[in-house]
Amino acid sequence: MNEPIMVTDELTKRYGRHTAVDAVSLTVRRGEIYGFLGPNGAGKTTTLRMLLGLVRPTGGSARVLGGRPGDPSVLRRVGALVEGPGFYPYLSGRDNLRVLASYNRLTGTDVEQALEQVDLSARAGDAFKSYSLGMKQRLGVAAALLGEPDLLILDEPTNGLDPNGMADMRELVRRLAGQGRTVLLSSHLLGEVQQICDRVGVIDGGRLLTESTVAELRGASSLFVHAEPVMRAEQVIGSTLGAVEIRRAADGGLQVVTEPDRSPEIVRALVQAGIEVHEIRSVERTLEEVFFEMTAHREPAAGRAPREEMAR
Amino acid sequence: MIASTRAELLRLSKWPVTWVITGVWLTLNVSFGYVFDYLSYRDAVSGGNQQVATALLPQLSLAGVPSTMVAGLPMFGSALVLILAALSTGSGYGWNTWRTVFTQGPRRLSALGGTMLALAVLLAILAVLTLLADLAASSIVMTVASQDLTWPGLGALAEGLGGALLIVATWGAAGAMIGVVARSPALAVGLGLVWGLVVENLLRGVASALGPLESVTHVLPGTAAGSLAGALGAATESEAGGAPGVLNTLTGVESITLLAVYLVVFAMSAAIVVSRRDA
Repeated sequence: MNEPIMVTDELTKRYGRHTAVDAVSLTVRRGEIYGFLGPNGAGKTTTLRMLLGLVRPTGGSARVLGGRPGDPSVLRRVGALVEGPGFYPYLSGRDNLRVLASYNRLTGTDVEQALEQVDLSARAGDAFKSYSLGMKQRLGVAAALLGEPDLLILDEPTNGLDPNGMADMRELVRRLAGQGRTVLLSSHLLGEVQQICDRVGVIDGGRLLTESTVAELRGASSLFVHAEPVMRAEQVIGSTLGAVEIRRAADGGLQVVTEPDRSPEIVRALVQAGIEVHEIRSVERTLEEVFFEMTAHREPAAGRAPREEMAR
Repeated sequence: MIASTRAELLRLSKWPVTWVITGVWLTLNVSFGYVFDYLSYRDAVSGGNQQVATALLPQLSLAGVPSTMVAGLPMFGSALVLILAALSTGSGYGWNTWRTVFTQGPRRLSALGGTMLALAVLLAILAVLTLLADLAASSIVMTVASQDLTWPGLGALAEGLGGALLIVATWGAAGAMIGVVARSPALAVGLGLVWGLVVENLLRGVASALGPLESVTHVLPGTAAGSLAGALGAATESEAGGAPGVLNTLTGVESITLLAVYLVVFAMSAAIVVSRRDA
């Protein structure tokens, strides 16, 4: 599990004066689902394109499955869906896959297996142009699956899908990872990454801000306490729990960084002190909150997508 | 490259555009080569104009097939072939299929080479179909006109077929290159047609007035294609009944050499662009 399957070292891509990817060093380990997280325009797709040999880096280096990115022997073991599905509109889904399979001397059986994996067998005879966006994305994943790759690189596979389609796609990605594949998944959807990824790399403005497990990133859990009067409540909780971090929450409550199982103790102390307890609940930080904290100090760069585009 | 060629043949042979263009060319070729000339011939015979009728017979005859099949190529045929080739490479950028193919593992040059070879196979089919259609049309016309059915020699047929292949292959390579460079089917087709149909003809038209330009117009791809058709016996555009684009500027050997050079240059340019450029 800990064996690195893909490593980049200071990978950089500049277009003229604009630096799209700035010295990104990340490591994807065998068997994990790695979430590559960042707002639109952060440099995710450019990084993935470099890892596939579609774009030459301006600086730095990358090793994919022990080889050079874009090397035919490496690409045969990598399946990719980058920047949306690209297929011949007039061909059926099946024929599109047959064309791609022919490039690598794969057979009709490989095509049928790939179609089955993404649940497209029933509509495989229809022209690609008649597919819904969700089906197009699934065909893109099927193309990536041709040749049973060890590493799947999926660039925003849920982009543009309706909630059902998104759930199906997440389920598909989990299933594929369950078969022992490594999945590198880029996304601007924090909730999605939180749900399915083992580790994440957060990129913004072309720079990798952090790389760690989702749990580490979200950090310690906390309790939200709404009690009146607040000042007294803060004092009582402080003296009951000892040295814990207590913050004033935006909605008049208190944010207490501690384990949720200490809530009965807190309630008892507050009630005994004659304080009115309106609400107490455990709060876990979402990846979204972590992300905003992490990127709060950054000035929005020109031409980059505004924060509002980050969605759950 | 063989795997890539098979892959590309699969998608190009299932592409309606391939067969629409082949059908349009065969229709134009038979219409202009036989139907209209036969109607003129019939009018001349019924009007007692024996001189005109006799002049029309050689290009309608079976012996005239090798030259008639290439007469329409320099202008109409090459334009259609250029459209097919430019669409087959240029569309891949609009559909993003090049990117999909490149991430599947074939080397870029192998993928592009596959497209070129697959196009070559389809153009060879087009040339053979042209020959067969013209032989059939000529047989029908000569039978209806109660004329001799004297078949051309195999050597003459091979020359006609080879000439046709070289002309369509060169314009096919030109189209494929423009498609790759323009990265857009519409722009590629537009630029290619403006060059082939407008610019070359304008240059040839004004060349005699502008001394130094004349030597340049002698080595344009269209001049070479037109001269090859002329060398194969097609009536030139300045003669009565000659097809537009057919010339006698260069000899047969000169035009073959020049077309071969263009073919290689176009293919190499496309290869260099595809292998060097970010996809």
